[in-house]
Amino acid sequence: MTLALSINGRIRQVQAGLSDTLLTVLRDQLLLTAAKRGCNQGVCGACTVLIDGRPQRACLSLAANCEGAAITTLEGLQRDASMARLQKAFAATGAVQCGFCTPGVLVSAHALLSHNADPRTDEIRAGLSGNLCRCSGYRKIVDAVAEAAKEAKP
Amino acid sequence: MSATAKAVGAALPRAEVREKVEGRAQYIADLYRPGMLHGAVLGSPHAHARIKRYDTSEALAVPGVHAVLTGDDFGDHRMGAFVKDEHAIAKGKVRYVGEPVAAVAAETEAAAKLAARLVSVEYEELPAILSPEAALAPDAAIIHEDVASYFKVFDTGSTANVCSRTSLTEGDAAAWDRCDVIVEGRFATQPQAHVSLEPCGALAEPDATGRVTLWSANQSVFRVQANVSESLGLPMAQLRCLTPRVGAGFGNKMEPHIQPIAVKLALATGRPVKLILTREEDFEIVRARHPFKLRVRTGALKDGTLVAREVEVLLDGGAYADDSPGVLGYSLFMSPGPYRFRYMKASGTLVYTNKLRFGAFRGFGNPQVSFAGEQQIDEIAARLGLDPLAVREKSMLRPGDKWFGGAEVGSNGLEECIARVKAASGWAKRAELEPSAPGRKRAMAAACTAHISGLLATGAIVRMLEDGSIVLNTGAVDIGQGSDTALTQICAEALKVPIERVRLASPDTDGSPYNWGTTASRVTYTTGRAVVAAALEVEKQIKQHASEMLECDAADLELRPGGRVGIVGVPDKAVSFFEVSARAHWARGGPIIGHNSLVFEKPSVDPKRAIAVGLPFPQIGAFAFGALVVDIEIDETTGKIEVKRAWSAADVGRAINPLAVEGQLEGAFVQGMGLALNEEMVWDGPRLANPTLMDYKVPTTLDSPHEIHSIIVEAPEPDGPFGAKGVGEIGINVVPAAIANAAAIALGKRFNALPLTPERVLRAMLGK
Repeated sequence: MTLALSINGRIRQVQAGLSDTLLTVLRDQLLLTAAKRGCNQGVCGACTVLIDGRPQRACLSLAANCEGAAITTLEGLQRDASMARLQKAFAATGAVQCGFCTPGVLVSAHALLSHNADPRTDEIRAGLSGNLCRCSGYRKIVDAVAEAAKEAKP
Repeated sequence: MSATAKAVGAALPRAEVREKVEGRAQYIADLYRPGMLHGAVLGSPHAHARIKRYDTSEALAVPGVHAVLTGDDFGDHRMGAFVKDEHAIAKGKVRYVGEPVAAVAAETEAAAKLAARLVSVEYEELPAILSPEAALAPDAAIIHEDVASYFKVFDTGSTANVCSRTSLTEGDAAAWDRCDVIVEGRFATQPQAHVSLEPCGALAEPDATGRVTLWSANQSVFRVQANVSESLGLPMAQLRCLTPRVGAGFGNKMEPHIQPIAVKLALATGRPVKLILTREEDFEIVRARHPFKLRVRTGALKDGTLVAREVEVLLDGGAYADDSPGVLGYSLFMSPGPYRFRYMKASGTLVYTNKLRFGAFRGFGNPQVSFAGEQQIDEIAARLGLDPLAVREKSMLRPGDKWFGGAEVGSNGLEECIARVKAASGWAKRAELEPSAPGRKRAMAAACTAHISGLLATGAIVRMLEDGSIVLNTGAVDIGQGSDTALTQICAEALKVPIERVRLASPDTDGSPYNWGTTASRVTYTTGRAVVAAALEVEKQIKQHASEMLECDAADLELRPGGRVGIVGVPDKAVSFFEVSARAHWARGGPIIGHNSLVFEKPSVDPKRAIAVGLPFPQIGAFAFGALVVDIEIDETTGKIEVKRAWSAADVGRAINPLAVEGQLEGAFVQGMGLALNEEMVWDGPRLANPTLMDYKVPTTLDSPHEIHSIIVEAPEPDGPFGAKGVGEIGINVVPAAIANAAAIALGKRFNALPLTPERVLRAMLGK
């Protein structure tokens, strides 16, 4: 069937079967590959995107259910000031190693900061607990989010 | 080194970090080619069976299917890092559940997966061998009937299900008679899954001549090339192997996964074929950390001086040898830990079983032997009423001491590592630590380690382009650890140019010099050496040009920061690299290219000191050292262990990029914590019961302490690049041992098996 999805502020016509996930449509049809397929089971968080502003697993979201929702991927946040601070902090603190989890982590962190501008360390850890990283040990990721939050303060 | 040079030692961001934070980095699954087909594999439902016949008719009838391949379509070619025992796809027999028996290429992923499921295979089941003990039983079914005839890198008389045996002995066994205290125990460790966030995959594209370009998730484009060549019987020159960004490798991507199958599908269809494993397939068919069974005995004098140790291990290698003979040998080589023993004997047996292959995984057998050995040192300290770190300090290897077997140790910063973790952790006051709440026990403990960085061949090509900028080409795959950045820093430092003037060429078997791989903590150390030497070649050529341009002797010239070369002591007599390179390209001498290649050549064993049988690495590497202190709490109701704080010190020779070094130590600590506390691949009969991230849990932010303190110690390695040696693995080695030591202090019980799950801890507390 043909779906009209609102992706990164634009309406995109896509062909999708009933069982096609948002992740499949994003990656294979729209070539928006920032969201990664790490487990396809909703555990690793590498496919995290924003659906109506909330972080969601694209691998568990059926594309057909996403009509009418505003979908934002990491590609759509390149001009966002909060994301820019996060990106800068992730680079500077060494929070990125292989980078495969990074897009999902950044989207989760962006969502966290959008409703809690000044999170404590334990709040950052809780906010990112749905994103697996096998490289970093998380410390530098948590520090980077704290750094980005600090940067945002006037 | 010049005081003005700044590249080495700078905590620079990753060279490729922008593309990673913007989501533009391309990993294997992100690559698409025109006309590309999708591949899928069918896994064996049996652990051990003869393949009687295939029926591919139903699969071929699926719309969009271009090729269905089975073992019959593959020649009798075998691959293997140590033993050539493995076909590209099961042929004649299957040897573990999930082993690929058929492969499909189709227009869509869905069609390929559907068709793969429709391949019908008739099996004759054979008894499944699911433990090393069962493999060694006199009447056991034989997993590799032809093991004796397989080509082996070194042969230790493989028979029946025994793949390899190794032993290493040094000193006089009479040393046991001097011991005042002897501890002995049996230990067992569990299989751990690598869980790179990126599942393995490959994309192969043939050209009209039959030459194949192959991208894949890998740790060495050259090992990919060698394995595909061997397993398909193709000349290596017919393959061009490239790498996209790699979503981490911890040993799982060093040797082959499904690259040979992807290439065969591409050749069969004449089309590009992309084959990406699902997470479940990645668990079931790639490889995992070896489970070890160990018997270890350690003796000491009553003042705590370590005297003698014997280590005997039994390794489950799984269905194919892969890197197992290497892991066996290396684990024995490292089994004394960084200590002086008067007598040391280590021996082991590696057997085939009907499980997926066990292979390389960060630490390469060191965490398993350390789990036993480092606990026994704490046991000795406890028996003698001594400080466990004082016992270690008394017998630690000191600068000038050789390794077990007689290998030269270049630099040794162990003493400083221990001193630094003691100071940072408040070790002297550890007894005063209070639990954070009632019902919890708290303890601090330590462990020490060493690791090598080195092995085998490496090269580097440094090219100066017409404008004086530099392209560095090493063939080393950055798997996320940051070697692209570190090697760039080394090159920039050597030529005294700004880091932005040096760019790294992506590994390419057509254009890059050979690099054995990103493994064995080796890239910074070995490839870094080649980069420094190649840069020196470039420096010589620059000075030759400049001496002609400035009419002076080349010996009177110096490189100046910012890409200039000038006469020593004459500030205004200088030319730029641009002027030099333009002259080289257009007028005199030809383009400036520096090249170096090397193989690690120092012997592992001195035959006058030690007797080695079946030791796999005759020339092993430089030694790095480490010390770890952990502070843990145990919930007395649930048995759950929480690591509150950790201090991980590593002697890295020289930290080329301190940020990346910390990243290695922190990441290795948390991966080691997973090994220590909860990760375990569990088999339900012949089938892996938890091949998903739902059922196989890796640590999350909430499981990992924020207080992981990385402590960088720098004892410069004489032949290391700017003194550097490796850091990739050392941080994981003694995490399970240190946590087990802390648990023993907290509970008064010692744990001889991993992981220390709440259930196991609770049972120990209840005496069950």
